[in-house]
Amino acid sequence: MELKDKLISSFFAFEEQIDVNSEVHNIRSEAMKNFEVSGFPSRKDEDWKYTSLKSILKEDYSIFPKKEDAIEYKDVKKYFIHDIDAYTIVFIDGIYSSHLSQTTHDKIDACLMSSALTKDKYKPVIEKYFNKIAPKTSLNSLNTAFSREGAFINIPKNTVADKPIQILNFSTGNESALMLQPRNLVVVGENAHVQIIERHQSLTDNAVLTNAVTEIYADKRAMVDYYKIQNDHANASLIDNTYVEQQGESNCSVHTFSFGGKLTRNNLQFFQKGEHIDSTMKGVTIIEDKQHVDHNTLVHHIEPNCESHQDYKGIYDDRSVGVFNGKVLVEKEAQKTNAFQSNNNILVSDKATINSKPQLEIFADDVACSHGCTIGQLDEDAMFYLKSRGIPAKEARALLMYAFANNVLSSVKIPELQKRVNKLIANKLNVSLGFDL
Amino acid sequence: MNKFTEDDLKKELETKEYEYGFYTDIESETFPVGLNEDIVRAISKKKEEPEWMTEWRLEAFRIWSEMEEPDWANVNYPKPDFQNISYYSAPNKKPKYDSLDEVDPELLDTFKKLGISLDEQKKLAGVAVDVVMDSVSVTTTFKKTLAEKGIIFCSISEAIKEHPELVKKYIGSVVPQKDNFYAALNSAVFSDGSFCYIPKGVRCPMELSTYFRINQAGTGQFERTLVVADEDSYVSYLEGCTAPMRDENQLHAAVVELIALDDAEIKYSTVQNWFPGNKDGKGGVFNFVTKRGLCEKNAKISWTQVETGSAVTWKYPSCILKGDHSVGEFYSIAVTNNFQQADTGTKMIHLGKNTKSTIISKGISAGKSQNSYRGLVQINGRAENARNFSQCDSLLMGNECGAHTFPYIEAKNKTAKIEHEATTSKIGEDQIFYCNQRGIDTEKAIALIVNGFSKEVLNKLPMEFAVEAQKLLEISLEGSVG
Repeated sequence: MELKDKLISSFFAFEEQIDVNSEVHNIRSEAMKNFEVSGFPSRKDEDWKYTSLKSILKEDYSIFPKKEDAIEYKDVKKYFIHDIDAYTIVFIDGIYSSHLSQTTHDKIDACLMSSALTKDKYKPVIEKYFNKIAPKTSLNSLNTAFSREGAFINIPKNTVADKPIQILNFSTGNESALMLQPRNLVVVGENAHVQIIERHQSLTDNAVLTNAVTEIYADKRAMVDYYKIQNDHANASLIDNTYVEQQGESNCSVHTFSFGGKLTRNNLQFFQKGEHIDSTMKGVTIIEDKQHVDHNTLVHHIEPNCESHQDYKGIYDDRSVGVFNGKVLVEKEAQKTNAFQSNNNILVSDKATINSKPQLEIFADDVACSHGCTIGQLDEDAMFYLKSRGIPAKEARALLMYAFANNVLSSVKIPELQKRVNKLIANKLNVSLGFDL
Repeated sequence: MNKFTEDDLKKELETKEYEYGFYTDIESETFPVGLNEDIVRAISKKKEEPEWMTEWRLEAFRIWSEMEEPDWANVNYPKPDFQNISYYSAPNKKPKYDSLDEVDPELLDTFKKLGISLDEQKKLAGVAVDVVMDSVSVTTTFKKTLAEKGIIFCSISEAIKEHPELVKKYIGSVVPQKDNFYAALNSAVFSDGSFCYIPKGVRCPMELSTYFRINQAGTGQFERTLVVADEDSYVSYLEGCTAPMRDENQLHAAVVELIALDDAEIKYSTVQNWFPGNKDGKGGVFNFVTKRGLCEKNAKISWTQVETGSAVTWKYPSCILKGDHSVGEFYSIAVTNNFQQADTGTKMIHLGKNTKSTIISKGISAGKSQNSYRGLVQINGRAENARNFSQCDSLLMGNECGAHTFPYIEAKNKTAKIEHEATTSKIGEDQIFYCNQRGIDTEKAIALIVNGFSKEVLNKLPMEFAVEAQKLLEISLEGSVG
């Protein structure tokens, strides 16, 4: 059976299982209808021109995994960023694992979507924000239809989250192929601050397809830093949909580190609904083999005097394919917009491919918008310089790649995380530089 | 002092009517409207074409009938009704002229109004002009001088009759009939156009030039241009267009094919000033053009275009860099005003080793117009050491217009070096202030700044054309940008 038909037929069984208030039921059924009509995107859609889902959709994914308790902390310890004290929300095969998690309701809420969707206490928040920010694309609709679990983070007005929050999604490989659809909602009140780290990790080589949707709402003067680490197994595919709505003077950033996985597609969109907003999206992609990473970004400048910064770096080896499709949309009213976009790529192998499409759509005249895109190689002279000073070729290359990615790495605001990402890159490049960068 | 504010500029700009809007009354022979195989056959017969050409057209027509009109471009317009167009219109009195004196004085008058005095150009610029008026070549000058060098420069219908082997070999080799909807349509019904062949090792001593204009109401213009530069030759080809004012939209679907064999160089410059529609967005020409060049080893093709006219433009002069060490260049200025829409850019397909391409695109939008750059840079797996530099700058005047960039960059080779940059901005108030302070009024200041903005491209035009191009920029943006 085709995955689409399977999903459609499972939907009714799914609806019966869960008990949420009727509004959410309505939203789900509506979303399912939308997915039934539009189906999975194909390469005929302009936004999917360079990324085909065909190969990952043909697996026979199980949609309702069994509950898995056998995972111990020691099994997954290495995926935690344990040098920092953090709130942790852990999902195993899409189901919340209480013994691995540390949630809180003290001042801030860092808890579960399932309880937010069912408890009366959260009803006003859900009504106001749930499914309000994400556009009704077919994949978002699919996620909405099956939305049950995920992280729910609510930071009230004038509160600074005392620790970063980690969201970890593990898949155990109990099923031969598994489809997960986590749904996260982050609501950050006026003047509130929060830092969030998110990771998807499969523990075996079994196929996993994750179609995640995260909605982030940043109220006035809020500060949100969101970090995504994508370093999964070769059979794990991820479609990550993240949507950020910002109010006046807020400051949001999303960093995406893509080092692994079979196919990774990041849909990341910012909607600026106030003045003096700052939006930042940065990413480092280092992939090899037949991996495929696609960054599809949009910044929608709706109000005047806002800024946006995009900086994506990519290093591609073997037969890997990198796609960057960045779009800056400046509405007529959004005068004095400053929008910057930069996409730099290095091809290491002859078989690797880069498709880049940096787009500007501008309807206001008093703006400064620019984009730059480069594709090139490591500087031969710089390589020679390092080698002449006794640094072996492999390390020299790694050093230059670090330097290449440094703009993005250095803007990570959690030092431990920065170290961690550096380590991941070192592992990826198979070098040990013997010092911290 | 009488202050000339930006609002004044806008007003003046809006009320500026098309200066070249006049209609020459020459009896034309026009086919009944509509398109079917019979019409295609009739066109072919009318032009006394050989059998293979008729077949070629029919094949194109069959392909076309199964195609759908594309709608991916960032433009909106009422789709033309292809069955409501007359596909052939030729000036009626049609003897071949040997000298200008014999040409219909009314026609000469038209050219005078356009500012292209043939005599003057003959004397001063040394330009051979192949004038296309409503699709049929009326006069070709300097043919004899060219013939001495072995250069063939004639209308395509003449070439089909006199040089069938060349036409047969190259026509459709770069833009096949099935390439796209408009190319297929053009292949089926093209009425005339220019053909140019430069033999081995010959450097064409003068700029070759064609002027196009649409004259007859309700007729489509489908020219076909084929330029072949044989090994080690050089040619600079100019194409310019103005069209008289019409209320209904007129369709223009041309195909231009360039073939640069080993070590050859072709420079193709276009000034396009079809009627853009009036200030309410009524009328204007639809310009759907397929232009493509093929570079063999060490060859170079350079496209330069100044696009000021047409209600809707859909045009992507491209280079296929097939041979090693070949070079492609694209320099463009696109100006849109009032309700004009332009979706233009280029494709650089790098196939050979050590190929180079440069793209400089300048977009200026004013009024309520939309100006898009859409480009593709593709480096294939075997294109070692390919190099591309692209720069797309947009200038916005007023907040009712839009500027868009859709660059596609596809690299499949690790030795590729690609740089792309784009900026969008408006004319800085401090720049204008600086000029004002030095006694340059705002209008002149804006003219100065726009000129500076477009200079990189204007510099690439041949001298004779640069002057005209500047004049056209003035006409399309007069009042607001000089």
